[in-house]
Amino acid sequence: MLHVKDLTASIGGTQILRGLNLDVGAGEVHAIMGPNGSGKSTFAHALAGRDGYDISGTVTLEGEDLLDMEPEERAAAGVFMGFQYPVEIPGVNNMYFLRTALNSVRKARGEDEVSAREFLKVAQKAMDLVEMKKDFLNRAVNAGFSGGEKKRNEILQMAVMEPKLAVLDETDSGLDIDALRIIASGVNALRGPDRSMIVITHYQRLLDYIKPDYVHVLVDGKIVESGDHTLALHLEDHGYADFVNHDLDDAKPLSGVSS
Amino acid sequence: MSESLREIEELTEASYEYGFSTDLDTDIAPPGLTEDTVRLIAAKKNEPDWLLEWRLKAFEAWKTMEEPDWAKLDIEPIDYQALSYWAAPKQKPVLDSMDDVDPEIRDMFDKLGIPLHEQKMLSNVAVDAIVDSVSVTTTFKETLAEAGVIFCSFSEAVQDHPDLVREHLGSVVPVRDNFFAALNSAVFSDGSFCYIPKGVRCPMELSTYFRINSQNTGQFERTLIVAEDDSHVSYLEGCTAPQRDENQLHAAVVELVAKDRSEIKYSTVQNWYPGDENGLGGIYNFVTKRGRAHEDAKISWTQVETGSAITWKYPSVILQGDRSVGEFYSVALSSKRQQADTGTKMIHIGADTTSSIISKGISAGRGQNTYRGLVKVLRSAENARNYTQCDSLLLGSDCGAHTIPYIEAKNPTAQIEHEASTSKVGEDQLYYCRQRGMSEEDAMSMIVNGFCREVFNELPMEFAVEAQRLLSVSLEGSVG
Repeated sequence: MLHVKDLTASIGGTQILRGLNLDVGAGEVHAIMGPNGSGKSTFAHALAGRDGYDISGTVTLEGEDLLDMEPEERAAAGVFMGFQYPVEIPGVNNMYFLRTALNSVRKARGEDEVSAREFLKVAQKAMDLVEMKKDFLNRAVNAGFSGGEKKRNEILQMAVMEPKLAVLDETDSGLDIDALRIIASGVNALRGPDRSMIVITHYQRLLDYIKPDYVHVLVDGKIVESGDHTLALHLEDHGYADFVNHDLDDAKPLSGVSS
Repeated sequence: MSESLREIEELTEASYEYGFSTDLDTDIAPPGLTEDTVRLIAAKKNEPDWLLEWRLKAFEAWKTMEEPDWAKLDIEPIDYQALSYWAAPKQKPVLDSMDDVDPEIRDMFDKLGIPLHEQKMLSNVAVDAIVDSVSVTTTFKETLAEAGVIFCSFSEAVQDHPDLVREHLGSVVPVRDNFFAALNSAVFSDGSFCYIPKGVRCPMELSTYFRINSQNTGQFERTLIVAEDDSHVSYLEGCTAPQRDENQLHAAVVELVAKDRSEIKYSTVQNWYPGDENGLGGIYNFVTKRGRAHEDAKISWTQVETGSAITWKYPSVILQGDRSVGEFYSVALSSKRQQADTGTKMIHIGADTTSSIISKGISAGRGQNTYRGLVKVLRSAENARNYTQCDSLLLGSDCGAHTIPYIEAKNPTAQIEHEASTSKVGEDQLYYCRQRGMSEEDAMSMIVNGFCREVFNELPMEFAVEAQRLLSVSLEGSVG
């Protein structure tokens, strides 16, 4: 599904990703963990196509070259990013935003736009998923939302957009335990054989709820260790110290990473 | 008759001859503005003596006045003697089909989603579809007549309702109010007149769009709306189609009289030709708009200004009666080389008067946008209240936004609030929308429309939809 090879990214002359390799198969959930400043969010933005980075390497999604595409083209190709800090857009109705987003990607794929009625059904299902009240859709996008509401709105958008690849950037940050539970169960409900996910997190806590197929440790712009979910438990007990002290050049990805 | 008077008459006659008799086929007066020009206009329109006297008084005042220079506008000097002040209401050339219409304008129509028969009407294409609009117009006039509402051109009103016009003309904007108002008073060509009798709620939104004979009213438009006690009217001015006009200078005056417990809601969407990227061409729009609100009356101005090279406009309310209410909602967009200096004046005279001002300025390209507003509370205005909110949005780094509020409070019980903000459309917002699949232009237009939401909410439904589209079209090419 997703192949990332020798991905480097720098911003303003500062190298952040230093040759990142990752293969994500269809239907798999990969967790990426790492200390602050290791390049986790930059990796997410490099996949989504944020301006301002100097990028090299290759990234393909189902054989299509993502690095050649604008952010909106990547969205149409099936890339969705759950933002660590969802952006507020005052005055723009949440429902209108969502419907415009959905219809934009449908249009780009040559599909018919959804009618208001159809859309309401889709939106209602998504709202049930993240336990949102009705008035939620009539508020302005993220404006005045609590931290938990913003993150739930991201998952709601993901449910509506039905992406092939979801990149969730620190979706658990700033959440209390109830919100974390709701979001995790939303994400789990959206797992499926045709949808791959990359879950970026600093803490193991989220992975108690969203059980990943693979866990990768990102340090200093490279994946230095890969394993199954037990690796996350190891990190919980020992922190990142083992990996930070690694000689990076010797880091070998563990076997079992599917392609 | 004194010698000097005779001289004047002779001069007038001569000029009259020169202006009209020598060339009957021409309906354009020669360039220049003298007392004779004023007489000529009045004669051509067959106006009563009192109106001619009024025009002449305005002309005398104008001669002694100077153009205002306090606005933050960079204006090429205007040669008032090089302009022609009378052109008979002209027929636009009738075109055979939409193919003959300027492709740029046709393109704009399509973007705005204006239905074909309306496109034809606006472009003056002779087709049978016009029959529809004629019947619409007729039905519309019958409905109004039943309610007792008078809605006609200003010229018709002068002939048919002279007492009403005489009583109210200049009662809100005196002839010597300002340079442009004086000029308009001297030479105004035509405009709209609207009268709502006591206790009548006007059965429909009044729109100049439907009053087809108001087309080409020319550069000095005069509008007067009188709402008697307990009446209500909503008036829409302009249309969202692109208005090309060969007249570069527009100096209009609008006067509103809201009697006790009445309400006037006046909405404008202005989309005159803004000129090109280099600032060539485009309309100079110098407008004086003011309303007088009597006891418990309410006047509400809503404007969406996206056109014109230069906009100088301050729709105001004199809150004369106790408990009267004034509102101003504005969206002003300056892109390309456009300059807008616009805002409002709220003059609190009566007790317990309230006013609110919501202004949204958008600057793009090399546009300059200034909010200039005055809130004045006189000694008599016990417990006056004002709330002002001015928000500016910058798109790009070559444009400017300025906020200049003036507050003068002479009564210590006044409560005045002012909030202002300036923001730039964030890269983060654009990226967020694009990650969700929207193009950069769609994203920009969505963000800007969201910024204007509070004002668009005040517009009648169809107008709001068109205003949104218009904003998107006006912003095209502002991204990146």
